[in-house]
Amino acid sequence: MSLRLVVLALAAFLTVPTVVVIAVSFNPTAILSFPPAGFSLRWYVNVLTYPQFQRAALNTVLVTAWAVALALPIGTLAALALERARLRGRNLWAAALLSPLVVPGVAAGLGFLILASSLGLLRSRSVLIAAHVALVLPFVVRSVWVSVKNLDPALERAAASLGATPWRVFRRVTLPLLRPGLFAGALFAVVVSVNEFVVSLFISTRVTEILPVAMFTYVVNYTDPTIAALSTLFILATFLAVWVADRYLGLGRVFLQH
Amino acid sequence: MARPVVELQGCTKDYGGVRAVDALDLAIFEGEFLSLLGPSGCGKTTTLSLIAGFVEPTAGRILIDGEDVTGRPAHLRGLGVVFQSYALFPHLSVFENVAFGLRERRVPAAEIGRRVNDALELVRLDRLGRQRPAELSGGMQQRVALARALVYRPRVVLLDEPLAALDKKLREGMRDELRAIQRSVGITTVFVTHDQAEALGLSDRIAVMGRGRIEQLGAPREIYERPANRFVADFIGASTVLRGRAVARDLVAIAPGLTIRVAAGEALRTGEEVELAIRPERVRLAGGPGEGTAEARVEGLVYQGSLTEVTARLGDGQRVLVFVTEPAPVRLAQGQIVHLQLPPDAFMVLA
Repeated sequence: MSLRLVVLALAAFLTVPTVVVIAVSFNPTAILSFPPAGFSLRWYVNVLTYPQFQRAALNTVLVTAWAVALALPIGTLAALALERARLRGRNLWAAALLSPLVVPGVAAGLGFLILASSLGLLRSRSVLIAAHVALVLPFVVRSVWVSVKNLDPALERAAASLGATPWRVFRRVTLPLLRPGLFAGALFAVVVSVNEFVVSLFISTRVTEILPVAMFTYVVNYTDPTIAALSTLFILATFLAVWVADRYLGLGRVFLQH
Repeated sequence: MARPVVELQGCTKDYGGVRAVDALDLAIFEGEFLSLLGPSGCGKTTTLSLIAGFVEPTAGRILIDGEDVTGRPAHLRGLGVVFQSYALFPHLSVFENVAFGLRERRVPAAEIGRRVNDALELVRLDRLGRQRPAELSGGMQQRVALARALVYRPRVVLLDEPLAALDKKLREGMRDELRAIQRSVGITTVFVTHDQAEALGLSDRIAVMGRGRIEQLGAPREIYERPANRFVADFIGASTVLRGRAVARDLVAIAPGLTIRVAAGEALRTGEEVELAIRPERVRLAGGPGEGTAEARVEGLVYQGSLTEVTARLGDGQRVLVFVTEPAPVRLAQGQIVHLQLPPDAFMVLA
């Protein structure tokens, strides 16, 4: 009984902020107050019609799509190399590839900012994309690496013995068997990239900024439930992505296999 | 048996500082079933990998049909390989697994359908083409792996402990089936195993391997009845090896009161140290002391149903293994003195 209470309290602690944000997003008045005074969708209309949010949404899609598209092949090759290559100092390489996980965002942001300015690319979206690639890479490498570890090298030998060239072995055997890890890695990468704030704040302009940064700027200037409405949409999108992945791609299996 | 299909010439393979295969010479002939037999770490699987092209030799040459293929990658050697773990592609159906080699060879679709079905029929798995490998039993997966390796009619098929993962009953059934299929297809086969019974039952010739070398190469009966050395005698059927000294050109003194007359044709030098091997099933228990018997003390008894495995120690401390078929002629007990009947013609002189 007491254990159940602990779990209940913990679940409440973790979900209450989310619930509050969702509730506030339907508040008909222009104040961030809880509980809401009624029900209205006006802030959702505001979200969808505010030009800076539209621009930021487009930026988010662009940056995330590029970052994931680049991080997937790079991360896959890195995972294969970490597991297969005769590598001196394998642990060091692995640590370097996973380091964005433990480096504080402020430090990374500052680093990218200095790098970008010394390269004269301060206003460029490509720097933002490069930063996102670096930030999502650890998630891709981790997930694909698990799949590589689970891949029996005899399968690739078998394919070669059956007459498949190294490229055909990769296409017909290696890649299909890495699919769960690739999906999981891509999903994580999308979630991380879409939600990335600290580093993006350092290296984006009004023109290139992505949604989390645009939201922050909005909050600094206005305090109405628009931001709660946008947060609710964010939560919904992330939740849907994870649910679909778990349901149809067997995300749970990727981690349980380990 | 004219020209060898596969030939290894002085092949050596080092892994780091470890020599897995040591200057190996071996010729495999058209249509024969050759086993590489030995304990784990003897180099038999490395030898197979050398032939398949999965690893390159540190030194030496590999020839297929007289053509030097050293350095040629596996996908250009056109051999069939069956792996111990079967290595079936889990994401492909049984049909597509078997079709894999044909698709890589760009065989027309209609012909693929026909040949895959023929191959599945050969291993009695027609109708299961749509299943995934994981839905099949171990024995069925084994047969799919065999069909996959045979369907494009390779020059040679290489089998790496294909029966090891099956349980005992299934293994014996599969062994007979494997032999029947090999005979009907007439394909040159190299079979790697650590199981001497499998090797003896299946092979035309056996290469017994130890420490990266071939210790003896010959027909199963030859290997079993005339082991070339102690290693082979030991590995093929738990032999007892007795050390003695030649007292005449056909007489070996083993222990006080135990002198063995060896088969004619063995010319021993007097005073020479000689090792004699005898199979445990050839030693008998005598009712009492007599001609050709030796006194020994029972040291261990392992009851195995149809026979009892008896370890006995001679007066000078040498151990003899005896298989006593039930019912035993005398009651056996630990520490008991028995008389072993050692027929002279049962002894093999080891080099």
